[in-house]
Amino acid sequence: MIEFHLDERSGVSPYLQLVRQVRQALRLGLLQEGDQLPTVKEVVAGLAINPNTVLKAYRELEREGLVAPRPGVGTFVTRTLTDASLAAHGALRQDLRRWLTKARRAGLDDESIEAIFMTTFRTAAQEDIA
Amino acid sequence: MIWLTWRQFRTAATAVFGGLAALAAILAVTGPRLADDYATGLADCTTQGGDCSMFVQRFFNENQSGFLAVTAVILVLPALIGLFWGAPLISRELETGTHRLVWNQSITRTRWLAVKLGLTGLAAMAATALCSLAVTWWSSTVDQVATENFPRLGSLVFDARGVVPIGYAAFAFALGVTVGMLVRRAQLAMAITLTVFVAVQIAMPTLVRPHLLPPTRATVEISHSVLDGLMRNPENDAVRLQAKAPKDGDWLLSSQTVDAAGKAVDDINVSLSSGACAPATVEQDRMATCFAEISRLGYRVQMTYHAANRFWPFQWIETGIYTTSAVALTGFCFWWTRRRLS
Amino acid sequence: MTAALQAQGLGRRYGKRWALSDCTLDIPAGHVVGLVGPNGAGKTTLLNLASGQLAPTTGTIRVLGGRPGSDRAQMGKVGFVAQDTPTYAGLTITEHLKLGAKLNPRWDDALARERIERLGLDPAQRAGKLSGGQRAQLALTLGIAKRPELLILDEPVAALDPLARREFMQGLLEATVEHELSVVLSSHLVSDLERTCDYLIVLVDSRVQVAGEVEELLATHHRLTGPQRDTGRLPADQQVISASHTDRQSTFIIRTEAPIHDPAWTVSQLSLEDLVLAYMNTTARTHHRPVLEAQR
Repeated sequence: MIEFHLDERSGVSPYLQLVRQVRQALRLGLLQEGDQLPTVKEVVAGLAINPNTVLKAYRELEREGLVAPRPGVGTFVTRTLTDASLAAHGALRQDLRRWLTKARRAGLDDESIEAIFMTTFRTAAQEDIA
Repeated sequence: MIWLTWRQFRTAATAVFGGLAALAAILAVTGPRLADDYATGLADCTTQGGDCSMFVQRFFNENQSGFLAVTAVILVLPALIGLFWGAPLISRELETGTHRLVWNQSITRTRWLAVKLGLTGLAAMAATALCSLAVTWWSSTVDQVATENFPRLGSLVFDARGVVPIGYAAFAFALGVTVGMLVRRAQLAMAITLTVFVAVQIAMPTLVRPHLLPPTRATVEISHSVLDGLMRNPENDAVRLQAKAPKDGDWLLSSQTVDAAGKAVDDINVSLSSGACAPATVEQDRMATCFAEISRLGYRVQMTYHAANRFWPFQWIETGIYTTSAVALTGFCFWWTRRRLS
Repeated sequence: MTAALQAQGLGRRYGKRWALSDCTLDIPAGHVVGLVGPNGAGKTTLLNLASGQLAPTTGTIRVLGGRPGSDRAQMGKVGFVAQDTPTYAGLTITEHLKLGAKLNPRWDDALARERIERLGLDPAQRAGKLSGGQRAQLALTLGIAKRPELLILDEPVAALDPLARREFMQGLLEATVEHELSVVLSSHLVSDLERTCDYLIVLVDSRVQVAGEVEELLATHHRLTGPQRDTGRLPADQQVISASHTDRQSTFIIRTEAPIHDPAWTVSQLSLEDLVLAYMNTTARTHHRPVLEAQR
C-alpha cells in the first residue's frame, strides 16, 4: 500500500499529482501487480481532499490500464511499469551524471543547470506531442 | 423535544419545586396547630365571658410574621418565575446560537416553541397553583382575624390568595419569554421583565382593579360601624371624620363627609372640648352619644366601596385578564418565531 | 439525478437592504460546493434560505427537489451546521447525541457513537469544556448522524486553528464518501476550499459573481500578460474579469471557452485563489469596496 501526499506549491493539480505518484510507485517497483490502492475514503480522510479528485485520478489510471476496480473491494494494480525501463535506469543515470559534470566544468551553476534541463525537457516534450 | 426541554429545565424546576415542597411541609405541620389554637382560644374566651377581641388581637399579633412571610412568598413567586423561567427560556438560546442547532434537527420552530412554552408554562402555573393553595389554606384562620388591617380585597392579601397568583405566573412567564425573544439577551431580558412586571403589579390594584366592577356608592349615617374615629388638627381645632368601610373586609375606595345641605366638607363643625364629644366621653358607650350629636347636626358620609363578598368575582375577573394577556403574548411569540426570528 | 440546489431569481431583503439578490444557481448533487465571498456578502443568507431557516423575498429555491423547511421529511434530508458550531454548554456529548436521536427520524446512533469514539472524545464531557475544534466536530457529528442527503455548513472552520481545520475537513470529506453526501460549505478564505471543493460559487455584494465546477473554471480562466493594450481591443469571446496596465504592459484575467492564439500574450494558469480574488476585485471597482479579511 502506498500513501499519497500533496504539494500545494507545485502548481500541478491534485488529481494529476495522485496519478503521477501511482505511476512513480509503479516505476520504482513500490507497487506491483495485485497490490491494492488506498480506498477513496482513506485518501480523502488522509489528505482532506475532494473525493471526486481521487475518483478522477483512479479513473485516469484505469483508462491507462494500470489499475482495475473490483466492486465492493477496492482498486487493484493490474500492470507494472518496471519491466524494461527499470533495467535501463542505471545506464541512464550514469549518462546524466556525466552530462552534469560537463555542465559544471562549463561553468553552469545549479540554477542554470536546472533551467537548461527544464527548457530542453519541455521543448522535447512538446515536439513529441506535435 | 420534550426530553430536551426537560433536560434544560430540570435544574430550575427542581429548585422551585423543592422550595415549594419544603414550604408545603412547614405549612402542613404548622397549619392544623394554628387552626386548633384559634378554635380552643375562641372557645376559652367565649366560656369566660364572651368578649374575644383581646384574644383575636393577640392571636393576630402572634402570627403576623408568619402570615406576612407566606404572603410574601406567593407574591414573589410569579415574579421569580417570569425572571428565571420565562426570560432566559428563549433569550439564552438566541444568545448562544443553540436555537440554530435545534432548528436544524428535523423539528419545526412551531413545535420547538410549543413544547418549550407548554412544558415550562404549565409547570409555572402548577407551581403557583400549589403554592397559592397551600398558603390560602394555611392562612385561612389568620385571614379571618386580619381583616381590619389587611382586608381580603386589599392589594396584599387579594394578590396572594385564591386563583389570581396562577394568572400572575402565566403572565409573568409569557412576558419574560416575549421580552427575551425581542431583546435576545438573557440578563437584559430579566431586568426588563422584572421592571415591567412590578409596574403592572402596582398599577393593577391602584388603577385597574377598583373599576373591574362598578363600586357601591352609599350615603350613610354616622355610626360606629362607618367611623374609625375623629381627628383634631391641633393648629386650628378643626375636626375631621375618619371613615371606614361599613363591614369588615369591605374595600373602601373613597369617602367624603357631607353636611346637612348635602355639600361636601372637609371639617365638621363640632366641638371636642365641650358637649357630647368632649374628651370625657371618649369611653366607648359614650362615643355613641357623640356620633348621635354629629348625626343630628346633619353630617353624613358618602362612600364608594366594594363589598367583601366580591372577593371571588374579582379573583376570576383578574385571573381572566392576566391569562388573556399571557395567551396574547404567547400568540405573539409564535408569530415572531415563525416570521422574524433567525 | 436531482439537483442539490436550484435557485431562480432568488432574493432576500432585510428592511431596505438586499442581503441577496437575483441569485440563479443550478448545482447538481454529488458535489462539495464551496461558497466563498467576503464577510457580509450574503453567504449566510443564501445558506439559511437553503436550509429553510429563512423565507425568500423574491424568486424560488428548491433543495433536493423540495421546498426548504416545508416539512419534516424535507428537514430530515438537509443537515445544517450553523456558524460558530453552537452546542449546549451544559449538556454532555452523550446528551447531545440523545438530542439528535430524539429529534431526527433517520438518526444513526451507531455512526454517531463510533465517530465520537474515533475522535477520542469522552462522551461524559460537557460541551462547554470542549475545545473549539472538538465542539465543531461534535456539531459535525450531529449533522452527519442525522443522515442527510445534503449537508450545509456555514463557515465551519473560520474559528479553528490549522490542525483542527484539517481534522474537521478530513472528517467531513470522509463522511461525504461514506454516505454519498452533497456538501455546501461557505468560507471567506479560498485556501480553506482549494482542495476540498469541486464546485465553486463566488458571492460578492449580495450577488453571485461566478459559479461552476472548479475544473471548468480553472480551464476557462487565463491570465494574459503582454504589451500595453486597451481592454476594448480584446476578442469578443474573451470576457475580461480584471485588467491592469502599466505604461508598457497590460495584464488581463479573462474567461473564454476558445483557445488563445494571439502570440503577443504570455498565457498563464490561474490558481483558484487568483481566480476568486479577480472576481472580488472586479466588484470592488465597480461597486463599493467589499470588506476583505486579511488572509490567515
